[in-house]
Amino acid sequence: MRLVVDLNRCQGYAQCAFLAPDVFAMHGDESLLYNPDADEAQREYVERAVAACPVQAILVDQVETPAGAAAGAATSAQEAPRER
Amino acid sequence: MSVDGFLQRLRSEGRIVVVGASLAGLRAAETLRAEGFTGTLTLIGDEPYEPYDRPPLSKQVLLGRASAEHTALPRRRAIDAEWRLGVPATGLDMAAKRVRLADGDEVPYDRLLIATGVRARPWPNEAEAGLDGVFVLRTRDDAVALQRRLAEEPRRVFVIGAGFTGSEIASACHERGLPVTVAERGDAPLVGALGGVVGRVAAELQREHGVDLRTGVMVTRLEGDSAGRVRAAHLSDGSEVEADVVVVSLGATRNTEWLAGSGLGAGPRGIACDAGCRAFDIRGIVTDDIFVAGDVARSPHPLFGYQFLSLEHWGNAVSQAEIAAHNMLSDSVDRRPHMWVPAFWSSQFGVSIKSVGVPSMGTEILIAQGALAERRFTGVYGYQGRVIGAVTFDQTRWLEFYQHLIETTAPFPPPFPTVDRRSDGQRPLPADFPDPSVPTHGPTVTLSGYSPADRRITFTPGRH
Repeated sequence: MRLVVDLNRCQGYAQCAFLAPDVFAMHGDESLLYNPDADEAQREYVERAVAACPVQAILVDQVETPAGAAAGAATSAQEAPRER
Repeated sequence: MSVDGFLQRLRSEGRIVVVGASLAGLRAAETLRAEGFTGTLTLIGDEPYEPYDRPPLSKQVLLGRASAEHTALPRRRAIDAEWRLGVPATGLDMAAKRVRLADGDEVPYDRLLIATGVRARPWPNEAEAGLDGVFVLRTRDDAVALQRRLAEEPRRVFVIGAGFTGSEIASACHERGLPVTVAERGDAPLVGALGGVVGRVAAELQREHGVDLRTGVMVTRLEGDSAGRVRAAHLSDGSEVEADVVVVSLGATRNTEWLAGSGLGAGPRGIACDAGCRAFDIRGIVTDDIFVAGDVARSPHPLFGYQFLSLEHWGNAVSQAEIAAHNMLSDSVDRRPHMWVPAFWSSQFGVSIKSVGVPSMGTEILIAQGALAERRFTGVYGYQGRVIGAVTFDQTRWLEFYQHLIETTAPFPPPFPTVDRRSDGQRPLPADFPDPSVPTHGPTVTLSGYSPADRRITFTPGRH
């Protein structure tokens, strides 16, 4: 699953690093490192982290993006809404 | 046809083309769909990859904690776009409303968004830049190549330029246990963005972590061995540093060459646009159908004296893209101004560095909280008696407060006693930004060698 953290918003509360430690890790006191392409098995933990973030800085995919959807010229990406 | 009728048709069956398939292009496309655009949407990108995030490339990717191939940006919504990836735009015909592509195709548009961003400024000497082991870091491919070479444990990495990217690369090398030398023409790292007072802290941070930091020097030459691999860098102080990896971090160049001759107001400093993201043509007249967003844009900011600011900031790309997309579909009275307060972050040597406002406009700095010596502080920049910017080292949570002061043009020095008063914070200091008229910030040419045969010209491009 894809994710991105708006690090302008992030204030280092470390809730994500606590709830999904295999995806988010503090690096020093306030810096956050994260894996932008987390394993699908981590989804439940990541979604908890998304919900718990005090500044709502974590964005995860809102639609399925099949591999190669946007690759190659003149292809049209068919993105179906993901069931949530 | 009435203007309203035109907008209605545009929204339902118009053709919108976005040139630049990175953060700004993607977020603009999502906003267009979110605002009800149901026409044809085409995204054109020179790289063969779907939009991906760049900040991780100089941080977790170089640390080996994420893969450069997997930083694709999450999608906020489906955008149902026609993707033209791996095909750079090569020209614009404003009269015919068409974008020319490198493969000869032409794509017609009713509204065009230009978000072509910037690219890494290469080492100016082409032969030296082509040596094996010489890298830049901007794209996914750059990161893959550099990460692979760092994994081979080079004996020494040499970084040219101690801006944010160069400093982050040095930090990653240090963490990987690789010996690293950084050469910076200014007096300290980050000095152009944050000034000398903060730059000296950044310098101490590097040296304490074992980085061989050389300031006030220029790299005059990169030397290769007989196999075409880089082996050493020669510096203006006469010294030589042996290194088998060289990373050139000399800032970025705006991707506007493809617009040459188009009549659009585009040049090396970017594409000028109004606060509503509409591009200016070379006559200084704002266009109705061409919009700009992201690193390539220069737009006037009311909060900063209406100066045309060109910001290579992640948050600016997102915000400007959303505004541009909204305005592309809106009547003039419904358009919004792009008034995002500049903000950026960097992470290096375990310290989170963040900034709001425009520190480089500041003439003075006051350490409002914390202490420079502790590497944990909030610096407030003053310009003509008002707060113009702020920087924090591991004090992120205070930044929002100072952003509010900037937004409300609060007086400088701030009149209130701070909660965490230290000796550093008693009075403002000169912020010590480099004089823009000295070579650090302009292009320079240096001559070396005595006999006509080994007379050498080194061109070092300006930074802006």
